[in-house]
Amino acid sequence: MDNIIEIQNIGFEYDDGERKKTVLENLSLNIERGSFTVILGHNGSGKSTLAKLMNGLNKPNSGKVLVDGMDTADTETEIEIKRRVGMVFQNPDNQLVASIVEEDVAFGPENLGLSPEESRARVDEALKAVGMYEFRQKSPHHLSGGQKQRIAIAGVIAMKPECIVLDEPTAMLDPKGRAEILKTILKLNREHHITIVLITHFMEEAEQADRVLVLHKGAILADAAPKTVFNQVDMLKQVGLDVPQTTELLFQLRSGGADISTDVLSVEDTAETIARCFFLEEN
Amino acid sequence: MLKDITFGQYIERHSPIHKMDPRAKLMLLILMIVFLFLSHGFAGLSLFVILLFAGIALSKIPLKMFLRNLKAIWIILVFTAVINLFYGSGGVLLVSFWKIHIYSEGVKRAVFMALRIMLLIMLSSLLTYTTTPNDLTDGIESLLSPLRFVGLKNAVHTLAMMMTIALRFIPTLVEETEKIMNAQKARGADLEDGKLLDRIRALIPILIPLLISSIRRAYELAEAMECRCYNGGEGRVRMKRLHYGKVDLFAAITCVFVCVGIILANYYINF
Repeated sequence: MDNIIEIQNIGFEYDDGERKKTVLENLSLNIERGSFTVILGHNGSGKSTLAKLMNGLNKPNSGKVLVDGMDTADTETEIEIKRRVGMVFQNPDNQLVASIVEEDVAFGPENLGLSPEESRARVDEALKAVGMYEFRQKSPHHLSGGQKQRIAIAGVIAMKPECIVLDEPTAMLDPKGRAEILKTILKLNREHHITIVLITHFMEEAEQADRVLVLHKGAILADAAPKTVFNQVDMLKQVGLDVPQTTELLFQLRSGGADISTDVLSVEDTAETIARCFFLEEN
Repeated sequence: MLKDITFGQYIERHSPIHKMDPRAKLMLLILMIVFLFLSHGFAGLSLFVILLFAGIALSKIPLKMFLRNLKAIWIILVFTAVINLFYGSGGVLLVSFWKIHIYSEGVKRAVFMALRIMLLIMLSSLLTYTTTPNDLTDGIESLLSPLRFVGLKNAVHTLAMMMTIALRFIPTLVEETEKIMNAQKARGADLEDGKLLDRIRALIPILIPLLISSIRRAYELAEAMECRCYNGGEGRVRMKRLHYGKVDLFAAITCVFVCVGIILANYYINF
């Protein structure tokens, strides 16, 4: 198995001067190259801290984080690690640097010292990949939240990363913006083969992932395919997470006495399962 | 809408002046201002009037936009003119009243000084109206870049980066200020009434949240920049390169002619 990120027995604590607060303890995790991983967790579960550990923005207090075999604690490979593992944050406004879209996307390539021609080519390619090419001359403050967030993603893609870590990229967006971002992320994963680590608390966004991790108080509670994880309804509710509405419906039907499979996620599959179940009963 | 204000006064048009390289515009403006102050008489100023009107015509920006900028400084204009009115003591005595004597030379001087300030403002407007703040920033960065030879490389880059970020965040912070003001009004804050001191005091609950949120933004932006491989501008190569074109050459030649004209006017025409 080829891993892009290897997290080995890490511990992380904040020290605000008076007392230490342990956020992560003895956590190990591998992210497979080309995969789409979703990390779910409630506020304070340590998920943002974990995200920032993946590209060396945070350094672990104990243990190691390896990106393509490079240790994030090593200052020599710092820039290369950040190029390989791009990061998108929650608030699109606070990650755009320039007041013209294409100049903002060029920020990464410019920092890497690429030639102007190469930067230009990468900027155009990145903007096309997120479907924002027509807006290249616009000012970000005239764009919607979803569009701004796509510009932020383009800024990361322009560095040609192996992996993109997105820390609640949809938390500040409306449903339309959320759908745009999810579509973009899926496209990057499926067509451009970029490894995706998506941190979120929206269950619906986890449905299409290869793997779902549930983080609670700094520990991994579940690590499996989405269907398997969502079937653990009691555990999810205990850690303050909601299950997708489809799963919720199927579970309620089952507890109401219906003999129904709860092993599906999408709206279409759920509808079919319910139809089949009740259709068979009537016959 | 407060949100639509843009820093600077750029007016979009397709004109040769707009197409000029920002560095050329900046340098020529500085050259023209120097010669504007070297010019002794009306003959010299008339050359600038011709240059200015040619520039305005080429820029396709209505004259009234330029006059609007003068309105903002009319107090300075009047003040300068009045002070200079009593200054000169040559020529014919026009008014003599108590201890105040106004000579024809004083009137000439007053008009000259006021005209010079008007030309200064309007020539500068020609730059700000036809150049986007971004281009202006790039131009300044590029013009200051020789400072790196005296060990100020980081200073130039930092200054340019600060200007870029400031331009980027002005609309964001304006929007934020509006939000905070509305939030405080909804809680019963009175921002419009009362004495001056009360109104200043009413600003405190707006400025403090704005300051705190700006610090938070700065922190997040710094992290985001770090994630995009920013390390203080070391080895950074800009995507956009500035190019001097034919228009710049033409403008430079025109300005040189004006300069020569001023020197000749200063020597040979005493008016």
